[in-house]
Amino acid sequence: MSDARLLAGSDTIEAPARRPRAGKLRLSLLGVLLPVGAAILWETAVRSGLAQGRLAPPPSRIAATLSELAANGDLWLHARATLARVAAGFALGVLAGTLLGALSGASRVARALLDPTLQGLRAIPSIAWAPLFILWLGIFETSKIALIAIGVALPIYLGTLGAILAVDRKIIEVGHSFRLGGFALARRILLPAVLPHYVTALRAGLGLGWMFVVAAEFMGASEGLGYLLVDAQQLGKPAQMIAAILIFAVLGKATDALLVAGAAPFLRWQDTAANTQG
Amino acid sequence: MLSFEHVAKTYPAGAQALDDICLGVEEAEIVAVIGASGCGKSTLLRIAAGLDRASAGRIRVDGDEIAAPHPAVGIVFQEPRLFAWLTVAQNVGFAIAHLSRGAREARVASALESVGLASHADRWPRQLSGGQAQRVALARSLVARPRALLLDEPFSALDAFTRADLQDQLLALWAAARPTLLLVTHDIEEAIVLADRIVVMRPHPGRIAAILKVDAARPRDRLSPEFEALKREALRVLGLGRRAAA
Repeated sequence: MSDARLLAGSDTIEAPARRPRAGKLRLSLLGVLLPVGAAILWETAVRSGLAQGRLAPPPSRIAATLSELAANGDLWLHARATLARVAAGFALGVLAGTLLGALSGASRVARALLDPTLQGLRAIPSIAWAPLFILWLGIFETSKIALIAIGVALPIYLGTLGAILAVDRKIIEVGHSFRLGGFALARRILLPAVLPHYVTALRAGLGLGWMFVVAAEFMGASEGLGYLLVDAQQLGKPAQMIAAILIFAVLGKATDALLVAGAAPFLRWQDTAANTQG
Repeated sequence: MLSFEHVAKTYPAGAQALDDICLGVEEAEIVAVIGASGCGKSTLLRIAAGLDRASAGRIRVDGDEIAAPHPAVGIVFQEPRLFAWLTVAQNVGFAIAHLSRGAREARVASALESVGLASHADRWPRQLSGGQAQRVALARSLVARPRALLLDEPFSALDAFTRADLQDQLLALWAAARPTLLLVTHDIEEAIVLADRIVVMRPHPGRIAAILKVDAARPRDRLSPEFEALKREALRVLGLGRRAAA
């Protein structure tokens, strides 16, 4: 596959970073100022007795809760349960969304058949499915994964279809002029042309997957970060709530970064700054 | 080598783009087709490229009827149409992916050398200027060694200096491999600089109004009296005399 050559050599990617690397670093440090500053402020306010910190616990108490959860193994247990649900729902959603999107993108008849229904489904807030899914699929894993999958599938369907429809007809014509057709045309031209949009769709889908896993776990779960939240609510443990939220943030960001990193070798051509030649 | 036999094209809506085009292009000949926009010259080229079908008549390359893109015929479009996800070298090697790696790389290198872009092999298309991108497109088509190359207003998007450069470069490439060139242009001077014969077309429907022969040796002097005379003749056939004088 010619894409393999894209993987080789990684020396041209620095082009945009060549300019103000130090300045950029300093600017990104600026972004840390607000949350860290607020945390320090709150910590001192609570310690000095200016605020009680009962409903909004100071960072030290959240950190203590986190380390406690980590120490007794609960953190890993709940994070793993949630990750497994997101992974399963995301995988199913990607599969369904990609297949349907590719089908609709490839054939006008399929699009006429599928698109109105899927657009209609998209208008339903996916959480509205929850009671029905519980009725159909039970209260356990299946209904949760189905809910996540449907939340993931729809934006990926839309993104895949949009990406295919946006491929420049003129580029496809070049393929025709070199006598490419069918599978070769799809592999050598359509696939790489669609990839950037598709990755964006995957990221949107993953983000929704994390959104829906919370909803799914609110429906009733005995483990998972969503359960941790519900549990904290019932027992009045705000530090545990914030801890769970923080873990959501870290995992969501980490999985997104993983996705971006996985796609990066194939999208290197996008990263280079235009007109570096002067 | 390329023969157009009573080629006609009528679009489904009823508009007649081409009517009874007959033309023979010789081996290694350079023929330019000029005419106002809407005279069907690009349609003619697209049919020859196998990207469009004639409503009547046929185009043959070495006796072979063209019904789909033909291996002996290459095309360069008005825009470079490079693959943004491939490097310059990978773009040029696109059409010869079936060759062994060594053979492919050798041919890509020599094609890039011949368009003066050997040092740009590892660039991405978006890092190229318009003229460079079009040179890559030229190399990408020539690397497959077509016996005939069709060019659809290939330099019309470029500035005058770059255009003149590329015209020279095209002539040099032609001199090296001597493919048959069929060039569609709306630039009369470009036609006179490059072509052995100039086919002048008129619209509604697209027909051949005249075929002018250019006998002057290359490289041609744009300031010579012969050049001027040919330009006048072409403008007259196109019916642009008065407007051109303004």
